[in-house]
Amino acid sequence: MSAEPSPKIVIVDESPIRAAILEEGLREAGFTQVVHISEMQSLLARIYAVDPDIIVIDLENPSRDVLEAMFQVSRAVRRPIAMFVDQSDAASIQASVDAGVSAYIVDGLKKERIKPILDLCVSRFNAFAKLQEELERTKSALEDRKVIERAKGILMKVKGLTEEEAYVLLRSTAMREKKKIGEIAQSIITASEMLK
Amino acid sequence: MTQPLRIGFIPLVDAAALIVAVDKGFTAAEGLDVTLVREVSWSNVRDKLNIGLLDAAHLLAPVAIASSLGLGHVKVPILAPLNLGINGNAITVSPALHAALTAALEGDALDPMATARALARVVAKRRKAGADPLTFGMTFPFSTHNYQLRFWMAAGGVDPDEDVRLVVLPPPYMGDSLASGHVDAFCVGAPWNSIAVDRGIGHILHFVSDILVRAAEKVLAVRANWADRNPDVLAALIRAGVKAAEFIEQPQNRAEAARLLARPERVGVDAEVIQRTLGGRLKISPDGATRETGNYLLVGREGVGRPDPVQAAWLYAQMVRWGQTPLTPGAVQTAMGVFRPDLYDAALGRSPQPVAPPAAIGAFAGPPFDPSDIEGHLAAFEIGLWKR
Repeated sequence: MSAEPSPKIVIVDESPIRAAILEEGLREAGFTQVVHISEMQSLLARIYAVDPDIIVIDLENPSRDVLEAMFQVSRAVRRPIAMFVDQSDAASIQASVDAGVSAYIVDGLKKERIKPILDLCVSRFNAFAKLQEELERTKSALEDRKVIERAKGILMKVKGLTEEEAYVLLRSTAMREKKKIGEIAQSIITASEMLK
Repeated sequence: MTQPLRIGFIPLVDAAALIVAVDKGFTAAEGLDVTLVREVSWSNVRDKLNIGLLDAAHLLAPVAIASSLGLGHVKVPILAPLNLGINGNAITVSPALHAALTAALEGDALDPMATARALARVVAKRRKAGADPLTFGMTFPFSTHNYQLRFWMAAGGVDPDEDVRLVVLPPPYMGDSLASGHVDAFCVGAPWNSIAVDRGIGHILHFVSDILVRAAEKVLAVRANWADRNPDVLAALIRAGVKAAEFIEQPQNRAEAARLLARPERVGVDAEVIQRTLGGRLKISPDGATRETGNYLLVGREGVGRPDPVQAAWLYAQMVRWGQTPLTPGAVQTAMGVFRPDLYDAALGRSPQPVAPPAAIGAFAGPPFDPSDIEGHLAAFEIGLWKR
């Protein structure tokens, strides 16, 4: 770590989990001054109160436009610039947009000190997105399994099949109709409920 | 072969021509395969357009100009070959401010000079009583909403930088901010004024057409270098937009247009509210009072789709007036060059028309706007940051 004091970083994010992941990453990397703002009302006043060197905000946050007002004639002493202003590094801009994060950097902070922070934000945002994706996948797999179990039960009862035969029937129908096995199972459940 | 395009938009009624062009098949008929990308902030739209993640966008007219001038951000030349909306904004005030303005009003409530002067009296009274300054919400530093609010109140003697506070608020947050008292008023596009009135938390004080007869609001924006490389695609996109705008303006099509816009992945609000806006008949007060005008939001009537460089010059003049940029002759030309009626004419196969007369702006205060003498024009206004 350099002898310079750790820059003050504000994270503006309504997702507490993502903010926690990011905050933890920043602290691990030695950035000790991190403040998370999750309340969007009077956002500028909250930011001015912290007086940060860097502001990190997710791209899905409508309050990004609120931050743009900081570039205007304002009563704030220090005026920030947006990371997108630095056109020299197109790859890192692309990476940050893909990850869904943007940053505003207050004048005076050296470029070589900003880069590792932004890289870290991008990787943590990506990690969060992957985590969420996995969670979604697990959730839908679990859903599917429950639906398939119920459909098998219906087939066994109505058609007098064994469990294995019921599953084979579901799978072969799904293949023939080019649909997911979960979809076929769901339609069996729906049909059986309608015929009750 | 169809041309894939990614076009960004913000969920507002003035994205109507773009949304209907895609969802009603006008773009497909022109051989374009458009994916509409719904965005949550103007900053996102601007940045994604600038770095090429979007081919085109529904954009605030002043943002297209600011981007081309490099104001507050990266300088990326942007072209606007089609107006998506003229007018469409309104100023909505809280019930408390409405009552205060009504009590202080001398004259007609629809006369913006009378209401601006009433505002000046309310501001003076609050100052004497030691109350906090009134806070007005608008959508972006480089926005028509910012300039329209400022133009209106300054005409009545209220200095927007000294006497009140102006804050940026994302449109979906306007209503809650008004209800919570975070702001006392706001200027925003449709449907957000109507939604505040329906919730019983706001009164529409003015349509923007009270302040300016014609105000360029949203444009179809593309990067200049993209336009140079894709002239045929751009022409096809302009034609699809014009056809959609003409479709929307047929009274018998309004219900269908409103339904298309109402879907959750588009504007995502009640079709009835959208139809009110398209028809120009708005509920202005929680007690149910309505007001009707022929020019609340124009998308395809009277040739409004054709960009008018005088409008761009007027917007640039507002940036100068409010201290966002110094006045330079080159910048005026750059600003006017953003609005491209020639591309519009070429796409439609029409011969060039003469530029509309300066009276096209039709502001309720000050001299008629003359783009060739912005300094002289601004000198006529008492309040403004550019003189300080």
